[in-house]
Amino acid sequence: MKPAMDMTARAIRTNSSKGVSDPLWLRWGLIFTSLCFIFMVLILPLVVVFQTAFRDGVPNYLNALMDPDTVSAIKVTLLAVVIAVPLNIVFGFAAAWSITRFDFPFKRFVLSLIDVPFAVSPVISGMIFVLLFGANSVIGGWLLENGIKVIFALPGIVIATTFVTFPFVARELIPVMQSQGADMELAALTLGASPWQMLRMVTLPNIKWGLLYGTILCTARAVGEFGAVSVVSGHIRGETNTLPLHVEVVYNEYHFSAAFAVATLLVAMAFITLGIKSVAEFMEKSRASENRKRTLEAAQ
Amino acid sequence: MNMERTAQMTAAKITVCQRTHRNPLPGFKLSLGYCLAYLGLLVLIPLSTIVFETAAMEWRDFIAVVTAPRAVAAYGLSFLGALLAATINCIFGLMLAWVLVRYNFFAKKLIDAIIDLPFAVPTAVAGIALTAVWGPNGPLGEPLGRAGILVAYARLGVLVAMVFVGLPFVVRTVQPVLEGLSVDVEEAAATLGAGRVRTFFKVILPHLAPALFTGFALSFARALGEYGSIVFISGNMPHRTEIVPLLIMTKLEQFDYRGATALALVMLLASFTVLFIVNSVQWKTKHRSVSFANVLRVRSFLKG
Repeated sequence: MKPAMDMTARAIRTNSSKGVSDPLWLRWGLIFTSLCFIFMVLILPLVVVFQTAFRDGVPNYLNALMDPDTVSAIKVTLLAVVIAVPLNIVFGFAAAWSITRFDFPFKRFVLSLIDVPFAVSPVISGMIFVLLFGANSVIGGWLLENGIKVIFALPGIVIATTFVTFPFVARELIPVMQSQGADMELAALTLGASPWQMLRMVTLPNIKWGLLYGTILCTARAVGEFGAVSVVSGHIRGETNTLPLHVEVVYNEYHFSAAFAVATLLVAMAFITLGIKSVAEFMEKSRASENRKRTLEAAQ
Repeated sequence: MNMERTAQMTAAKITVCQRTHRNPLPGFKLSLGYCLAYLGLLVLIPLSTIVFETAAMEWRDFIAVVTAPRAVAAYGLSFLGALLAATINCIFGLMLAWVLVRYNFFAKKLIDAIIDLPFAVPTAVAGIALTAVWGPNGPLGEPLGRAGILVAYARLGVLVAMVFVGLPFVVRTVQPVLEGLSVDVEEAAATLGAGRVRTFFKVILPHLAPALFTGFALSFARALGEYGSIVFISGNMPHRTEIVPLLIMTKLEQFDYRGATALALVMLLASFTVLFIVNSVQWKTKHRSVSFANVLRVRSFLKG
């Protein structure tokens, strides 16, 4: 019944019955304007990135990537990602599990707290950690006395990255788990599954595409974060520069093609992110429709 | 045997739980405990430093920092720029959403995927790329410069960067609502004699208004806080092309933590007010809550 309805709806939509379709000139006018806008705002900047990166030839491009400072920036970035992303995956799942499966007071408040990094300027995100761990603060002073440097050092970069990226997995999982409900998990428990079995065989398979997408977004942001990390890093070349900070340093030294060469790495990462996103979205869609079909068959 | 017994016991437990309205799912204390500890350490304690730092300030000093001419100029640029950018994004975002939902054309899927690019491209890269495009020697900046319009290293450049970072928000909030809008309504309007223009303004636009508003607010908030892409293109001249986050950054670099915190407080109040307004509007319209990050996934969720 439902597929038939869908088909009728589609037929109406494509068979442009009078009154609901736009005239041809408007249609193509809008498409043309949109494409021009997309080209100017989104595509042209990317083209320029690659064009400038290869302006001085491939050897120079490779040199810029092989530069010891670039390699060190890659290492610092990877370190931040390797620590921040797993922490945020665990947090994301814990937050989604407690928020979607249980009732507790101040749930809305917790949800708003998760949104804080999105609402706050990256510069402020970095600033709060400078205030907390800076040499003038109580905690920062104590840590310094014990030989631990947080601000203008690697720990600060890792903490700021974790802060900026922690909502992504949670925000991705909460709606997915909310829409699925707890029925399957309850059924598993009723059938004698241990909590661990339930998690491994029911919960995780159901959320895997949302989890993947959230992780990818989290990683992309962790690699690309600029403002917050810029505040806490201190810009020590070859030591506390992440890839985006390295791009800035090289760019400000007027080594434009080298800066764009490093930037191509980040653009490549962005493309991979978008690719995985499309796949995850498609898989999630087909998984949901599969589930719906199965439920319908079971009902009949 | 053992399995069966456990199953029976769990079943019994669940029945008890249902009777007593207790939740039989495991891991509540662990997950909520971890979640709250994480939020406390990572969000509440660090954010509280802003309050402490400002509380230590004399009221007069605070006012002096917050109303300094350089700061006021920065507010003006940041707020007006973000407002204008969000408005532009609403117009083009609505058009893009419309084109992507209603029409078929070559490479539509690709265009749809590309919309999210500003989410995925690091802001520093966006900054240098936009500067290269709109700069004096850039493919768009050069002809405009010959016509006497300076984009990069001027206020227009700030606007361009703000439009870039905020665009996906409007498209991704409006798109799912437009997809869910039944053609019946439009047909009914047409049957009753409404022209296409009238149908759009009287039927379609009111339906899209909450989503459009959410997209506007998200785009505004993002543009207001944006730092990475703007510092490259704006030229950073005090009083002219300096945005608030950059001014905060400058104060931090001069170790003027008090001044930076005071400005940060003003910005925080502004962005929280925006979010508060968005939330109350959503609550009023009973529109599906599209809070900040939901935008990122709202499409796949609604389709599914």
